[in-house]
Amino acid sequence: MSTQPTFSAASLEKTEKLERAVVRFAGDSGDGIQLTGSQFTAATAAAGNDLATLPDFPAEIRAPAGTLPGVSGFQIQFASDDVFTPGDRPDVLVAMNPAALRANLHDLRPGGIVIVNSDSFKAADLKKAGYAADPLADGSLDGYQVIKVELTRLTRAALAELGLATQAADRCKNFFALGMMYFLYHRPLAVTARWIEQKFAGKPELIAANRRALDAGFAYCEATEVFRSTYEVPAAKLEPGTYRNISGNQALALGFVAASRQSGLRLFQGSYPITPASDLLHELALYKNFGVVTFQAEDEIAAIGAAIGASFAGALGITSTSGPGMALKSEFLTLAIMTELPLVVVDVQRAGPSTGMPTKTEQADLLQALYGRFAEAPCIVLAARSPADCFDTAYEACRLSVRHMTPVILLSDGFIANGSEPWKLPAADALPPFEFAFCTAAGAGFEPYRRDPRTLARPWALPGTPGLEHRIGGLEKSDGSGNVSYDPANHERMVRLRAEKVERVAAELSPAVPEGDPDGPLLVVGWGSTYGAITSAVRRARKAGRRVGHLHLRHLSPFPPGLRELLGRYERVLVPEVNLGQLAFVLQGRFAREVVPLNKVQGLPFTAAEVLDRIVELAPEIER
Amino acid sequence: MSEAVPTLTKKDFATDQEVRWCPGCGDYAILSATQQVFPLLGVPREKFVIVSGIGCASRFPYYMNVYGFHTIHGRAPAVATGVKVTNPELSVWIVSGDGDALSIGGNHIIHLMRRNVDVKLLLFDNRIYGLTKGQASPTSERGKRTKSTPFGSVDRPFDPVALALGAGATFIARSIDVHTTHLKDTLTAAHAHHGTAFVQIYQNCNIFNDGAFDAFREKAVREDGTVALRHGEPLVFGAAADRGIRLNAAHQPEVVRLGDGVSEKDLVVHDEGGSLGYLAMLAEMAPPRLPVPIGVLRRVELPTFEDGVHAQIAGVIGDKGPGNLAKALRAGQTWDVT
Repeated sequence: MSTQPTFSAASLEKTEKLERAVVRFAGDSGDGIQLTGSQFTAATAAAGNDLATLPDFPAEIRAPAGTLPGVSGFQIQFASDDVFTPGDRPDVLVAMNPAALRANLHDLRPGGIVIVNSDSFKAADLKKAGYAADPLADGSLDGYQVIKVELTRLTRAALAELGLATQAADRCKNFFALGMMYFLYHRPLAVTARWIEQKFAGKPELIAANRRALDAGFAYCEATEVFRSTYEVPAAKLEPGTYRNISGNQALALGFVAASRQSGLRLFQGSYPITPASDLLHELALYKNFGVVTFQAEDEIAAIGAAIGASFAGALGITSTSGPGMALKSEFLTLAIMTELPLVVVDVQRAGPSTGMPTKTEQADLLQALYGRFAEAPCIVLAARSPADCFDTAYEACRLSVRHMTPVILLSDGFIANGSEPWKLPAADALPPFEFAFCTAAGAGFEPYRRDPRTLARPWALPGTPGLEHRIGGLEKSDGSGNVSYDPANHERMVRLRAEKVERVAAELSPAVPEGDPDGPLLVVGWGSTYGAITSAVRRARKAGRRVGHLHLRHLSPFPPGLRELLGRYERVLVPEVNLGQLAFVLQGRFAREVVPLNKVQGLPFTAAEVLDRIVELAPEIER
Repeated sequence: MSEAVPTLTKKDFATDQEVRWCPGCGDYAILSATQQVFPLLGVPREKFVIVSGIGCASRFPYYMNVYGFHTIHGRAPAVATGVKVTNPELSVWIVSGDGDALSIGGNHIIHLMRRNVDVKLLLFDNRIYGLTKGQASPTSERGKRTKSTPFGSVDRPFDPVALALGAGATFIARSIDVHTTHLKDTLTAAHAHHGTAFVQIYQNCNIFNDGAFDAFREKAVREDGTVALRHGEPLVFGAAADRGIRLNAAHQPEVVRLGDGVSEKDLVVHDEGGSLGYLAMLAEMAPPRLPVPIGVLRRVELPTFEDGVHAQIAGVIGDKGPGNLAKALRAGQTWDVT
């Protein structure tokens, strides 16, 4: 990884140039670890690297301090090259206490750097973390570069003149550690300095305290030569454009706002707080100046019901939730299917069943999205593959829903919802147009179920339009008139029409085209947040002389055209999923094509290495 | 509504759909009263929306020639809220039953009323599940024998008016299906109220719970069995208007006969903005000891939910200016790659 060592002018440490680095911050959930991580991310984005992040935190807001369940982590991979995942194994681990060390050390690469707050390794701290002996003294860290820093004492000393209470001063020690990391990786301090001033505006003592802690951490490294060398990760050669760093939930919110603006429809979000989807509600609530209505409902059911009512009245109705909320919404979802109204339902998946592990990621709601409703109740299902892709997926979900007058389920998950990456900003005026029109014709004999012959969409006639008064509802409708009907033949026709309407969406989708090799021994098929791990693994495999294709599906219902033929061009199909094989099951059922599942359900995303290992087993090395 | 509205009649509000309630059902009377009232409200027909849940009452939208949405069991308030917030110019009515509103939909109606969404909630209360053929409902009296409670119901019933009070409803009224004039007046008052209007309508189910309201529903007993509330007026009732409600020494309501030293000055005077204690007392009044209060029990003005939503949006637009998508995309820290 390292190249020519050079000596920096500023200090006596060697500076090594790296292509990529992986850093993990870990500490108590009250230590500000997520904040520290996001600041490091902002500084890294400012340094021009490509990056991907993985926040990993407990569901408890403040689990007992110093214990294993209370450990919060934040990992980032950044590089001068493309980054697709937050990295398999950290090069550097910052552990704010023994519990953080114990919970994370096993991931650190051999020879990696571990920075610990030695002030927090007293007997009581060790006991809380379940250590029988002090790991800083018993040789168990041999094989790593251990940097022991008295973070607590040094931070207090740096802040001594400010006269802050000890507790307040101690809250700044994460910024001392951050200052050290900025030194180690040559990151600019300015981004965080600016953030401190904005965050603590009007509280000069807190601005001074955080700023001093940050600077003190940086200066401490400069003065003590605590690191053997420092690292430079040059800026990545990203496609030209303007970038910002964005999380999946932020990107979803912007995608919906963009859809509202481009369609001219008011955005109405019905939602009920649930991890890890709540941030979508928080984000959209900030866009009131776009006319966005955010309705925090009394429960998941009311949230989708209000969104359906809003759509009926002419808004762009959306609702957002996670698995347990999806289950609660399913009856209303069938009403939207029956009444053929636009609606986008976002499911930010988390580990289940039941409450499961709310802050941990999983992809196990696919079958629920496709089939988890009573009766024949088809709808469009899309999945976002990365934080930035959430923008495009949200936008497309709205376009399809409005054009085809049918609900769309958008699958995200905890990994991409909270993770972030650089996003090349789209030009607002280059976004694809919305194709729909409200029905305004007041001619006699208006029929609410008279369909567009091409899309089979029914007319969208808004209350308030003279002459189009009509009744819709959950009872079966007579084709055309929309009157209640118990006619057997009509029911079958309507069931088939609703299915056909969704299937016809496929005609407007781009055909399935793989990345990598277009045929050969192995195709890897993924959906959703496995994109990064699969892409990294396939690229590495191809570099090592293996012939592999990679197809990543955004459209899960309907599938894109040409999928059957594509699967037929490869000898074997590998399907990695963070579940027990749900897409694999669907592909086998739909195409009678045997596939090889690769499954992991630990509340964590795949590492690239895990996917690569399986690819290596399945795809022989060949001469290229 | 300042725009000129063509004169409409009851017929304009009927649909071509065959009404499918059981012959003799109280729902017919309520449908007829509503079709008579709607043309008189000064609202163009296309601006009415009726939202319902599931149950006999919830078939109502199919028979009203306005915009209608027959939703799912108990959830009409959620859909109605989305409609009203999206287009506050619409006159939004919810039609629900005692099972739909108070059992499966209990959570939604309390939040509808606490938010004070400007919709009219008509609760057809027949104290029984009709469409599922006769099970005890949340308003069925204790001990009631039904198909689901062959040895008598052990549930204690809700009082819908007390529930509405607890949820902070700004308009609470009660009427009776076949008491046409009173019902029409009550619907008109509900329409005039700016905020959630909760209207409990005693409605006879002649198939599964016939006679539930015999003590005060029929013409012969109506005047003696009910006391019609009028704001600022004493609680006088009876066919000869010769009886009234007075508070006794224990502050409990009692029936007194006017004359013999008892005058209207001794009676309780109705106050639509009265204390919760007073209103709860009204809610509890029931035969055989006391007449049932009908009419508007509570009417107070409070800000509505949709007004708050739109005022907030307007305020933020005033502060920040209307949203600019290109700017929103570039928000936060950006960098250029060339």
